[in-house]
Amino acid sequence: LTTIMAVEFDDGVVIGADSRTTTGAYIANRVTDKLTPIHDRIFCCRSGSAADTQAVADAVSYQLGFHSIELDEPPLVQTAANLFKQMCYRYREELMAGIIVAGWDKRRGGQVYTVPMGGMLVRQPVSVGGSGSSYIYGFIDSNYRSGMSKEECLRFTAEALALAMERDGSSGGVARLAAITEAGLERTVILGNQLPTFFSA
Amino acid sequence: MSSIGTGYDLSASTFSPDGRVFQVEYAMKAVENSSTAIGIRCKDGVVFGVEKLVLSKLYEEGSNKRIFNIDRHVGMAVAGLLADARSLSEVAREEASNFRSNYGHDIPLKHLADRVAMYVHAYTLYSAVRPFGCSFILGSYDDDDGPQLYMVDPSGISYMKEMTCRELVKEVAKIIYIVHDEVKDKTFELELSWVGEVTKGRHELVPKDIKEEAEKYAKESLEEEDDSDEDNM
Repeated sequence: LTTIMAVEFDDGVVIGADSRTTTGAYIANRVTDKLTPIHDRIFCCRSGSAADTQAVADAVSYQLGFHSIELDEPPLVQTAANLFKQMCYRYREELMAGIIVAGWDKRRGGQVYTVPMGGMLVRQPVSVGGSGSSYIYGFIDSNYRSGMSKEECLRFTAEALALAMERDGSSGGVARLAAITEAGLERTVILGNQLPTFFSA
Repeated sequence: MSSIGTGYDLSASTFSPDGRVFQVEYAMKAVENSSTAIGIRCKDGVVFGVEKLVLSKLYEEGSNKRIFNIDRHVGMAVAGLLADARSLSEVAREEASNFRSNYGHDIPLKHLADRVAMYVHAYTLYSAVRPFGCSFILGSYDDDDGPQLYMVDPSGISYMKEMTCRELVKEVAKIIYIVHDEVKDKTFELELSWVGEVTKGRHELVPKDIKEEAEKYAKESLEEEDDSDEDNM
């Protein structure tokens, strides 16, 4: 299915995802972009059904854009996360969508909210999702420290994704990263052969 | 100032030849004729004061409230037809509640004021209904946006002074006492509420002891002024 991840740091968030979309064993898209903008400083990481997550993300971007214009100010990350939750919970029987909402807003800085399948909502300093996430919980738990800098977070995310992509058959391709801060957005791609390497049996 | 709108003032869906909607203007008269409502914004909160004219000695203290709670962090003080004001407070409460349900956080005051104002405006468009005969002041306080005050339709008085909320409560009481016209209306009951840092962002009625202290201050100030007037004469 996927590996997706998001980390909070002082001035913002770092998000990351692999780039593999599969139909069965066939890789339908090996350069997918699973990091989708919902608003200027708010992104979501999509895992689960590509169709479902795209549809939900489109609906939420629309609602959030409208809400932001009404309020005449940039929307809160919490608002975006709540909109995702409302939709994912209401249609929980029909959907297969595990989404991580991450971004920056003026009120609370960088925030990561996870909306797993079923429609729960909880804020976490680090969150991982998708089929590949199971393989990296140990790595995350032992290597995460609070108060990391943006560069440290980017490295942490890249390493975690690399480990997951190595072990999970449904994750692979390139690693896409993005750092979101007040100043803006920085997207990077790490090609397959440039990913951090670890011991492999 | 009386305006004669003969023929053009029967419904809100009719303009007069000089471009006025008389029904809306008549509605504002209902507000002008009512007793005073004040909202004042200070640097750490907002205080509301209402002069409630007591129509009968049989009324219990605290009845016919004119200050309402709209969500935890927002208060509303009204002037005009009380029944109209009550139904609008329900509208405001639903808006605030729906917002929280959809978006997961407190409704920003500006947005709430806009939504209620839109509702009030809707009733000025059709002949089947009449406009609301009340105006109101909405106030709130939160850590991020600070104290805020919005009025829907001109009524009451709204201005900002540099004082803390505690000191302001006494001043609001004083203003209501000064503004109260003893000749026209006999007795009145003072209703006071506040929202600010002192209440941790929750809109509440001012506690009895502080209210009594404020009323005492207000009455004493009035006496002082009376005295000084006599001396000058």
